[in-house]
Formats: sequence, structure tokens, C-alpha cells
Amino acid sequence: MSYIKTLMNGEQSIFNPRKLTPMQRITLRFVVVGVLYYGLAAIEGMIMRIYQIEPITFLGSDHYFAILTAHPLVGIFGSTYLIVFGAFLFVVPFMMKKPLWSIKLANATFWLITIGTFVFWFSGFLTHYAPLYTLYWPLPADFNQFDPLSGAFFITGIAIVMLGTVFFVINIFKTIAYTPEGWEKQPSGALLADAIGYSGLRNMFRKKTKQKEHLVDIPVAAIARGTVDTALNAGIILFTGVLILVYMVAAIMGYDLKTTVIDALLYKNWFWWGLDLIADGLVLIFVAGTWYLLAMMITGRKIFMQNIARAALLVELIVSWTVWSHHLLSDQAQPGILKIISGEFVTAFELITQGLAFFVTLATLWLARPLKMTNELKFLLGGLLGFGLAVPAGIMQADIGLNRILHNTQWIMGPHVHVAILVGLTMTLYAAIYLLFPIVTNGAKLYSQKLANFHFWAHLIGGIGMGAFMGMAGLQGMLRRTIYYEGEFNLYMILAGICGLLLLLAFFAFLYNIIMSVGINGLLGIFRPSPNKTKDLLPAETE
Amino acid sequence: MTDSSLVLYGQTIAYTCYAIVIILVIAWFGFVVTRKGKGNKVSKTLFYSFVTMLVILGVSLHIVTFNTIPWVSMDLDRKNIQADQVFDITMENHQFILPQEKFVINCGEKVMFNVTSNDLTYGFGLFRKDNSMMFQMQVVPGHVNDILWEFNENGIYTIRSTEYSGPKGHQMIIKDVVHVIGCE
Repeated sequence: MSYIKTLMNGEQSIFNPRKLTPMQRITLRFVVVGVLYYGLAAIEGMIMRIYQIEPITFLGSDHYFAILTAHPLVGIFGSTYLIVFGAFLFVVPFMMKKPLWSIKLANATFWLITIGTFVFWFSGFLTHYAPLYTLYWPLPADFNQFDPLSGAFFITGIAIVMLGTVFFVINIFKTIAYTPEGWEKQPSGALLADAIGYSGLRNMFRKKTKQKEHLVDIPVAAIARGTVDTALNAGIILFTGVLILVYMVAAIMGYDLKTTVIDALLYKNWFWWGLDLIADGLVLIFVAGTWYLLAMMITGRKIFMQNIARAALLVELIVSWTVWSHHLLSDQAQPGILKIISGEFVTAFELITQGLAFFVTLATLWLARPLKMTNELKFLLGGLLGFGLAVPAGIMQADIGLNRILHNTQWIMGPHVHVAILVGLTMTLYAAIYLLFPIVTNGAKLYSQKLANFHFWAHLIGGIGMGAFMGMAGLQGMLRRTIYYEGEFNLYMILAGICGLLLLLAFFAFLYNIIMSVGINGLLGIFRPSPNKTKDLLPAETE
Repeated sequence: MTDSSLVLYGQTIAYTCYAIVIILVIAWFGFVVTRKGKGNKVSKTLFYSFVTMLVILGVSLHIVTFNTIPWVSMDLDRKNIQADQVFDITMENHQFILPQEKFVINCGEKVMFNVTSNDLTYGFGLFRKDNSMMFQMQVVPGHVNDILWEFNENGIYTIRSTEYSGPKGHQMIIKDVVHVIGCE
């Protein structure tokens, strides 16, 4: 088969977008655009890596900080949200063996997040609106530094993403609880109670013979549990966005609202409460759910100690709602009791809940050995390692003593944030993509295993290496959110830059491999309207 | 008081050792899980021991640091400790406004830095000549932002904002402001 034919039609011309069900099509759209936004975030990250070695002369510091603002938002909303939402909108009905509640709503989620991400990214790119994702009050409403109109566009983009997120939340819970047409009435309340982990908790206190059967699989329970945090997080971000928009609209109309009306510390508390639902609730729980899903599908077995794993999901609900204060350990006006209880001790529970998910996943794999070292297994192990490295790093910085010398240094961004997101989260997502790829493409064949191997090693070494060198610079005093003009930390930044390049090469290898697997025609085909109107997840002949 | 660079050194050693161990554990697991083994069992005792170990580690970290890092208890109790010197610093319009050009501190003195912001959220950190950080705190407008620190090593330190306050604020640095003298 010629190279051009493979490029156009995919490996052995197996992939045929016309045979996709609407559900497969929408899932692939989510994943493809999510992967492209990951590429954008990776390129932005590489620009910043270069800037940390030597500030780029044609790119002013205003533009640098606009990139610094957009980069995590594109990464989380544009990439992670799209990939995760797309995968979960497929996995929940797949595991519950019933159709998604609303394909139209799923399409709306896809378009809202795709467009919203582009709006805030483009607004930042053009106008350099740069309050960072933390939006510390009153910076987002500081119109001596930022134009209110550009800020209004930026915040509107974020609000559009949040609206799409709300639609996702509705779709997930409705899918768990609803009764499809022609089906026997489903026990909605019992399904939801099981999904949020309540039944697992009750089972822990029942005798083995009296334990109730679970109505939903544990990955669905984890998805439901993380979706609760997603909903709350969307509420907080929407509320904050509206508040900021009020100041912007007033400024556009010529009114100067007093920023001192809002208490900066109280604002910081509520906004971090909401943001932490992404970092500590949503990411950790969604990741745990994906680990369980992968472990179950790789081994074909039930999850080890699943009642405890389910109950831990419920405990994590409490933990993720009460940990936010670890972000305010360096705020001297923050009450000491909140720093100790929320900031230190509740946060330490994340070591326990995530450690538990880590152990349970490894134990499930162990019980099924010997396993074949497939792409999904090796990426899953990479993801486990990522959180194995990043969570303890986070626990260390969530300590009053150590935070005094670590807060806002590159340590936070390296061994904790980037290792958690790039190695832990992203490798877990890649594992899910490799696992689901043949299912959602009706058996399309991967173009090159060598490229997949390169993708794995380059991403793993690049991610851990970049995090490590950033961390070393942080321990030497290098701050985040600033620019060093005299090459103070150049040795570490050059090494981190090389690792960043490795990450970028890994991404391009993956992208090329996927394009060659499904072909350009196949890729374009998933964005065309579906000729197939079924609500089934998979075409009849492949089920 | 123990120098913060010593604490960082200890942390570096501890985390590096841990990182090497966890990488080796996953590598070993990846190797073994693809091979047939004698016992395909995971005992519940192992599971509960692991969870117990996590609980002990998570809690003991804070107890250990509270008892070994001297600035922790001092920070939590700073309202009841008499400072030898107090420096009132204002931050406004991306500038530090200092009460004097140079802060001279005698060895062993406890010094209170009381920093007020009149507009944005900033940070306040003290840095050594080699750019390493001695300590930092956040400076939130409308609130008291104070930090008590005991100096036991001679040196000249730079003040720098450690929090992003917009593009105009990324170079808020005043070099060689704090001078600690008199230590042997």
C-alpha cells in the first residue's frame, strides 16, 4: 500500500467513518479536538521553556504572560475536559449497556467547549489579557494593566466552556438514572446512590452475605463522583466570571466600581475552593476511575477490594471539598486552624485516597498476570508512576514549614503540577485512548507500534525529566510566574527545555501515528453529519 | 534558628530517594506482571498495612516538621512573640515603599516584616546572593501580612515580590536591602 494511500485512507484502509454510529462519531470529535488543543498547549509550553532559557526578543513580556495565562486553561479545558468528557460520554452508556441520554446535548458540550476555548485563547493572543488562571483579586479587574473589553471576551470564553461543562454533568447523571424508551422502569434513586459511592459505604458495614449487589460498575461510580466536583467547580467559575464581567461592563460603560468592596482573601478562599475541585477532586477521582476502567478492561476481572475502593470515592468527596486551604498556607491572614486542618491534615488524606486507588489498580493487574505489555498497560503504568511521584510532592508542599520555602517556586510547577498532569493524567488518558481506539473506530489498526513505543518513552522521560529539572531550579529559589533575564537558572532550564522538546516530539509521533491509522479522509469524515441515526453505541455487526 | 537552605537540602535528599524507589518499584512491577508467577494472590493484610503506612506518613510529616522546623511554631504563635525590630513595608503600583534604604539586623534578632498592599495581591520574599529563597509570604490587600523571622547567619539579602501582579509587576526586586551582621 502506497504512503499517500495510507495517509489519505489510513492503515490498510480499514477505518470507514461512514460506518460510525453517532456516538462513536461524537466521541472521536471530542478526542481529536482535545488532542489538537493538547498540541497547542504543548507548543505554548515549549515557547515558555525557551523563554526561560533566553527571553525571545520579538515576544514581549506582555505576550509571555498572556501565554502563561492561556496555557493551563487550554490544557485543562480545551484538552483534558474534551478528552475526558468525550471518553466518559461513551464509557458511561457503554458500561451501563444503555444509550446516552442525549446525543444532542453531547454535541452541544463539544461545540461549547471547543468554541469557548478558542474564544479565550484568541482573546489572550490578540489582547494580552493576562490575569493568570488564579485570577487573584483585584488583578482581573485591574484596568490600568488590562483592557476591559478584551477581558470581557476572555471571561466570556471561559463562561462558554463552563456552560458546556454543565451540559456534560446533566448528561452523565441523566444517563445513569434514566429509563430508556421501552425499558422496564429503572431504580433512579438506587442507581444514583450506588454511583456516588453510598452503597459501597453501606456494604462495608454489612455482613458479606447481606452485602447488596452494585448497580453500577466502579468506573461509572468514579465518573459520577468526579462529575459532582465538575458541577460545583463550574458553578464557582461561572459565579466568579460573572462578578468579574460586572466590573468589566461597568468600566466599558465609563463607571469605576470599587474593587475594595470584595475582600481579596475571602475571594481567594472561594476561588481556590472551586479550583481545587479540578485539581484535587476532579483530576484525582476521574483518574482513579480511569485506572479502574483500564484495569478491568485489561484484565477482564473485577476490581480488587472494590467496596473499599468505592467507599474511598465517597471519602474523597469530603476530602476534595475541604482541602483548598493548602493553597493559602503562605497567606498570613488565613486563620491558622484552617491552615492546619484543611491545609495540612485533610490534604494528607489525598495521599491515602490516591494511594489506595494506586494499590487497588496494581493489585487488580497483579491478580491477572501474566499480562501482555500492551500500549494501554504501559501507559497505565506510566500514569500510576506519575501520580506516585506527584502526589507525595504535593503533600510535602502542603506543609506549613516547607510551604514557606516552596510556595510559588518552580518546585510546585515541576515535580507536582507538571508531573501530575503530563505524566499522571495525560499518560492515563493516552492509555484510555489506546484502549478505546479499536472500539470507537470499529477495529481500525494502529499504523506503527514503533511510533507508539517512541511516544511512550519520549513522553515518560520528557515528562519526568522536565518536572525534575524544574523542581531542582525551584529548590534553588527559582520562582514561577516570572522571567529571569540574566540566565540565573540556565543549566536547569536548558535541561528542562530538552525534556520539553522530547514531550513535543512524543506528541507529534502520536499525532502522526493516529493520522496514518485513520487517514486524512477518515479524520475529516468524523466531522461530517452521520448517515446513521441509531442511538446504539456500536454498529450492530461489531457488537 | 536552622537555616532554610538546610531544610531544603534535607527535602531534596528525602524526595530524591523516594523518587528513585517508586520508579524502581513500577519498573519491577512492569517486568513481573508480564511473567507467570508462583502466587497470584494479594493478601488483605498487605493492603491494610499499605493504607496504615500512608496514614502514618501523611500525619507524621506535619508533626515532624512542626517539631524540627523552627519557623513553624514561631509563625503560628507570632502574635505573642516580641520582635526585636519591626519593618513596615508598603506595596503599591508595583513598587516597594521601604521605611529606610537599608535594613540592618543583628545576629540572633527576631524581625517582623509587616507588609501592606494598597492595590493588588503581591508576594514578599527574601533571597540570598545565589538567588536561593530564604522565605516568602503572600501580600493580600486589605489584610495584615506579617512574618516573623530569626536571623542567625551573616549575609546580604534581596527583597523580591514572589507573586504575579500583572505584567508590570514581574521585576519587583530591590537588591541588597537586608544586611545581617554580627554572627560568628
